Amino acid sequence: MSVATTARPTTAARRRPRTTQEGERPSVRSRVLAGVVMVLVALYFLVPIYWLVVAATKSTADLFGTPGFWFADLQLGQNLVDLSTYDGGIFWRWMLNSLVYSGLGSVLMTLVSLASGYALAIYRFRGRAFVIALVLGSMLVPQTVLAQPIYQLLVEIGLNNTMLGVLLPTIAYPFGVLLAFTYAQASVPQEIVEAARLDGAGEVRTFFSIGLRMLSTGGVTILLFAFIASWNNFMLPLLVLSDTRLQPVTVGLSGWSQAAITVPGLQTLVVVGALLSVVPIIAVFLSLQRFWKSGLSAGAVKM
Amino acid sequence: MTTATATAVRRTPRRRPRAGGGQRRAPYLFLAPFLVLFAVFTMAPIVLAVYSSFFQTRRSGLGFGGEGEVVFAGLDNYVRALSNDGFVAGFGRMLGYGVVQVPVMLGLALVLALLFDTALVRWKPFFQLSVFMPYAVPSVVAALIWGFLYQPRVSPIVEGLRSVGWDVSFLSPDVVLWSLANVAVWSVTGVNMVILFSALQSVPREIYEAARIDGASELRTALSIKIPMIMPSLTLTFLFSIIGTMQLFNEPMTMRAVTSNISGDYTPNMAIFQATTLGGDVNLGSAMAVVLGLVIFVLSLVVQGVSRRRNGADR
Repeated sequence: MSVATTARPTTAARRRPRTTQEGERPSVRSRVLAGVVMVLVALYFLVPIYWLVVAATKSTADLFGTPGFWFADLQLGQNLVDLSTYDGGIFWRWMLNSLVYSGLGSVLMTLVSLASGYALAIYRFRGRAFVIALVLGSMLVPQTVLAQPIYQLLVEIGLNNTMLGVLLPTIAYPFGVLLAFTYAQASVPQEIVEAARLDGAGEVRTFFSIGLRMLSTGGVTILLFAFIASWNNFMLPLLVLSDTRLQPVTVGLSGWSQAAITVPGLQTLVVVGALLSVVPIIAVFLSLQRFWKSGLSAGAVKM
Repeated sequence: MTTATATAVRRTPRRRPRAGGGQRRAPYLFLAPFLVLFAVFTMAPIVLAVYSSFFQTRRSGLGFGGEGEVVFAGLDNYVRALSNDGFVAGFGRMLGYGVVQVPVMLGLALVLALLFDTALVRWKPFFQLSVFMPYAVPSVVAALIWGFLYQPRVSPIVEGLRSVGWDVSFLSPDVVLWSLANVAVWSVTGVNMVILFSALQSVPREIYEAARIDGASELRTALSIKIPMIMPSLTLTFLFSIIGTMQLFNEPMTMRAVTSNISGDYTPNMAIFQATTLGGDVNLGSAMAVVLGLVIFVLSLVVQGVSRRRNGADR
């Protein structure tokens, strides 16, 4: 940006004095306009989250009886107690399940993807072109359309209504492999792998001690998107899990939301539960911002 | 995107002298977990779904008790799927929804990315984060929140609009599809904006410099330089958006709790779910899943084909 300022030819500046090109001072009018647009946009995206926070502090009566965008009597503590005790504290069981499905699932998925991407980028071997074609081709296979077929398969092999049945299908994810492949090509130089070999390191050890480390930025990006995707996973667990105690929090909350039609007071628990279910994911995102942003610009864009 | 990957592949050295046994086995070892799981949980289900879509379970007697008899049904399940009014209507809804939601969402994401790429916006990190934030909210939870914001009894929005004399009902039969589209726009604009913004950031700045010397305005630069430069990313986000649209399930399924105007077979995916669970007809569900999969596949190919022809010159 500063380079542009110093390099700007004076003639061009004189010719178009009000241009808002980078490096020049944008006109006040266009800046105010952009500011207004940004505030409106931020309102649209943040207000629903703000509403959720406010609503989570209200009693059921106040939820329906007081202005939605402002606080009434603070009931958050009581709501949390109610949430934790309702139906034997099943909400926390759901949170734990989600953590297992998403946490364990995304870590395994990332490892599997990185190992595959690394192998495709570093080695020349028979069948490599086939695997790449397979990965690219299966990107076009829509994930939720797979839910029904996977459910059928799980019934066949007896894994329906088990945690493994929800966990295992999420681990092999072609998009993760493609991202890992792109990152590995860009960030693991062949020379370093050669050097490790000369030093006597085996292939597996080279991958774990050098490859993984060089892939860490890309890995964090994949991990985050995998985590979000599985925290979002809904159709498959809804099909597969009939036992409510095995469900992830999204399926559980959705069930409560259906039941709230007849069970008074459940609305409040849905609201508080929704808020709590968002907290971990937002915390993870905020704390890892630096990584996924640079990871995105390094990898996804180059595809 | 395939072409780009292929060029990158070519750049790495092709031959390495004297590869040892470990080096020959290593790639297969690293790929094994992916390939095995992929075979079991992607290939096998597809094969099974196609297979089971050609069969039917005929129950003997009154349909109670007793093992049903599995018989070859030919294309019967497909005929039933395609003559199922709900399933077909679901495709119609998806089409209308996609035609509106995808351009609105991507247009918003593109305008925001372009704005963030200028010097016009202050407090950039804050505004970028607020646009991105909803992406961290699971779509089921997003649908729960908006479900409340659409309900006349709870919603401050409905109340506010009513107080200025505008009586809207977000959940009425004609409007509910667009209310669903709004939830999706709210959820995914942010991530598309980030992808497009990253693409814009990686365009060499000298190009803008040249444009400015030629006297191009900011708007002109955006239209004739920035947008063409990020066309590959735009195509990618477009493709993913279409695929996402065709798979719509989480939001409508969740929002059924607040309105009776979303039927159990409102979208193709919901029809598949309904046929498989409530209907207890796995074979019909399979046929529907195969049809939906094929439709999405063909749509993706069309989008890719069109964009490839457009970008043909520089690829």
